[in-house]
Amino acid sequence: MAEPTSISFLPSRAGDVALRWLLFAVLALFALFYLMPLFVMITTSLKSLDEIRTGSLIALPERVTFEAWSTAWSSACSGIQCEGLRPYFWNSVALTVPAVALSTLLGAVNGYVIAQWRFRGANLIFSLMLFGCFIPFQVVLLPMARTLGFMGVAGTIPGLVLVHVIYGIGFTTLFFRNYYVTIPVELVKAAKVDGAGFFRIFWSIFMPLSLPILMVTVIWQFTQIWNDFLFGVSFSQAGTQPVTVALNNIVNSTTGVKEYNVNMAAAIIAAFPTLFVYAVAGKYFIRGLTAGSVKG
Amino acid sequence: MEAMLEVRDLDKNYGATEILKDVNVSAEPGGFLVLVGPSGCGKSTLLNCIAGLESISSGSIHIDGRDMTHVSPKDRNIAMVFQSYALYPTMSVAGNITFGMKVRGVDAATRASKLQDVARQLQIEQLLDRRPSQLSGGQRQRVAMGRALVRDPQLFLFDEPLSNLDAKLRVEMRLEIKKLHHDLGATMVYVTHDQIEAMTLATKIVVLKDGVVQQTGSPAEIYRRPANLFVADFMGSPAMNLIPARASREGSGTRIQIERADGAPVELIDTGNGDLPEDVILGLRPEDIAEAGFRSGHHVHEVKCLIDMVEPAGADTFVVSRLGGKQVTARLHSDTMARPGSTLDLVFDLDRVSYFAPDTGERLN
Repeated sequence: MAEPTSISFLPSRAGDVALRWLLFAVLALFALFYLMPLFVMITTSLKSLDEIRTGSLIALPERVTFEAWSTAWSSACSGIQCEGLRPYFWNSVALTVPAVALSTLLGAVNGYVIAQWRFRGANLIFSLMLFGCFIPFQVVLLPMARTLGFMGVAGTIPGLVLVHVIYGIGFTTLFFRNYYVTIPVELVKAAKVDGAGFFRIFWSIFMPLSLPILMVTVIWQFTQIWNDFLFGVSFSQAGTQPVTVALNNIVNSTTGVKEYNVNMAAAIIAAFPTLFVYAVAGKYFIRGLTAGSVKG
Repeated sequence: MEAMLEVRDLDKNYGATEILKDVNVSAEPGGFLVLVGPSGCGKSTLLNCIAGLESISSGSIHIDGRDMTHVSPKDRNIAMVFQSYALYPTMSVAGNITFGMKVRGVDAATRASKLQDVARQLQIEQLLDRRPSQLSGGQRQRVAMGRALVRDPQLFLFDEPLSNLDAKLRVEMRLEIKKLHHDLGATMVYVTHDQIEAMTLATKIVVLKDGVVQQTGSPAEIYRRPANLFVADFMGSPAMNLIPARASREGSGTRIQIERADGAPVELIDTGNGDLPEDVILGLRPEDIAEAGFRSGHHVHEVKCLIDMVEPAGADTFVVSRLGGKQVTARLHSDTMARPGSTLDLVFDLDRVSYFAPDTGERLN
C-alpha cells in the first residue's frame, strides 16, 4: 500500500503503528478497569451462594444459575415483605415516565418562551431557573414535605412526580432555551405573519427542530429521576417506594447470610432501564450536545 | 388617490430610548416605497411596526384606509420577506409556501393550485420537495418570495431581502423584484441600507437617520435636491462632494469662494441663487463636475485643478482633487487625459448645485 504523502512528516510508518497500538492498549486497559465492577456483578449474580463462598471473586461461574435473578425480581425480602423488586420497579416506571414527559414538555415550552418570545424580565426569570438547578435537594426536603401534605399527595406516586417535575424544570428549561436561542427570531415573525399562533408555532416549527435536544433532555431527566434516592426515600411510603429505595432495603435487610448474588442481580435490574435508554438514544445524546444552530 | 399604507406620527420607544420619532410615511397603491438609512436608523423597526410584529408607543398605522394600529400581523393582510429568509427548516419548499394557507384552513385543492401558480411564476417547480437546507441562497430567496406571493396580500414588506446574497445574484434578484412589482402592480415597502437598491427600485424613498425621517421623495428628488447634508452624503456613490465655501452678494446672484492650499481661492459666480449666508457648504455630484469642453450651459464654470488621484472604473474614470480642505471627486470619461500630479481644467455645473448650512446641515437653496 502506498504511503499517503500527507502523513509523511511522521517519523516512520513502523513508529506510527507502534504508537497507535500503544494508544489502543492503554484505552483498552482503562475500559477493562472501568468494566471490572460490572463483570463482577454479572458473574456473581449468576453463581450460587456456595460457589460465591468457596470461589474467587473474579472467577467465571462454574454452573450458571438464574435463581438469584428470579429471587431478586419476585421474592427477595425487604423488611417483612418478600415480593422482590417487581412492584417497586413498576412504581419507578409509573413515576419516571410521566415525570420525564411533563418536565421535558414544560422545559421545552419555557425555553421557547424565554428564547423566542422575549418579554420584560425574561432574563431574570431564566437566571432564577438556572439558580434552581443548583439548589441542594436536602434544603427543600422539609418545605416540600409540608407542601405535599398540604396538597394531599404526600406518600403517593403523583406526589413524587410533582416533586421531580418541579426540580427538573430548571435543567430542562436550560437545555431548551440554549437550543432555541440559536434559532433566528425571524422564524417566529414569519410564522406570525403567516397567521400561526403561539402553540401552532411551537408544535409545527419548533418541535420538529428539537429532536436532538429532546433526546438529551429525556436521557438526562430519565437518568436523574430513575436513579433518584433522596426524594424517593423521603416522600414515599410502604407500597409507593421507587426501585432505588427497594434495592437499598433488600440489600440492607438480609438477615444471616448475605445473599450477594441476589443483591447483584437486584442492582443490575435497578440499573437496567438507564442503560437501555443510553443504548437506544445515546447517539442522539452526543449529537444533541454538539448540535444547536439551525442554518436557515 | 387614497394611500395604501399610511403611518401617522409614529413614535416607538424601548424604555427611555427613542427608536422612532414622529415618523410620517405613506405609500400609494401600486407604489414601491423604500425605507433607507444606515444600520441602527430604525428602518427595520419601522417595517416591523407596519407588520405588527412590534408594538408602537404612539401614532397610528392605516392599511387601505383601515386602522391597523392594534391589529395582529395575521389580520393586516400583509406578507413579509426576511433578510435571513426565515424558511421553516423542517418543512419542504411546498410546506413552507403553503404553511400560511394551512394555518388559515384553506382546503387542500386550493392550496395545491396556488402553490403551482407561485412555483411557476418564480420558476421553483423542481424544488418543491426539497428542504431549505438543500437550496442555494438565491433559491431560498425565491422560496421566501413565494411564501409572500401566495398570500396575495395588499402590502408586501421586504426586510433587506438581498443583503445575504453575493453581488451578482443581488443585481439579478433586484431586477426580478422590480419586474415582480411591475407585473403584480402590488404595493411594496422595502427596507435596505443599500442606496443603489433604493434608487433603482423605489417610486418613493424615505431616508431615515436615528429614528427621524430626513427626507421623503422620488429617487430623482432625493438625488438632485437632498434636504440636508446627511441625505446628500448618504445617497449616491461616490458620495456628493461637500465643499466648505464663503458666499457674498454679487448683483442678484452670489459670489462663491473656495479656499485651496496650493494657490488662489476658486471663485464662482452663481447667478441662480441669491440670499445665502456667509458660510455655506457647496454640494456637487461627481457627475456635475466635468472635464472642460464636455459640458456646456448657463452656469458652467471652469476651474483649473491639481489632480491628486485617478481611478479608472471601466465606464467612467474618477479623478480626485482637493478644494476647501476636502477631497473632491469628479466623474469623467474613461478616455480622459488626466494624470496624477498634473493640472486639469474642470467645469462645475452650478445648475445642479446644492447649498447647505454648515451648522444645521439643512438645505439652503
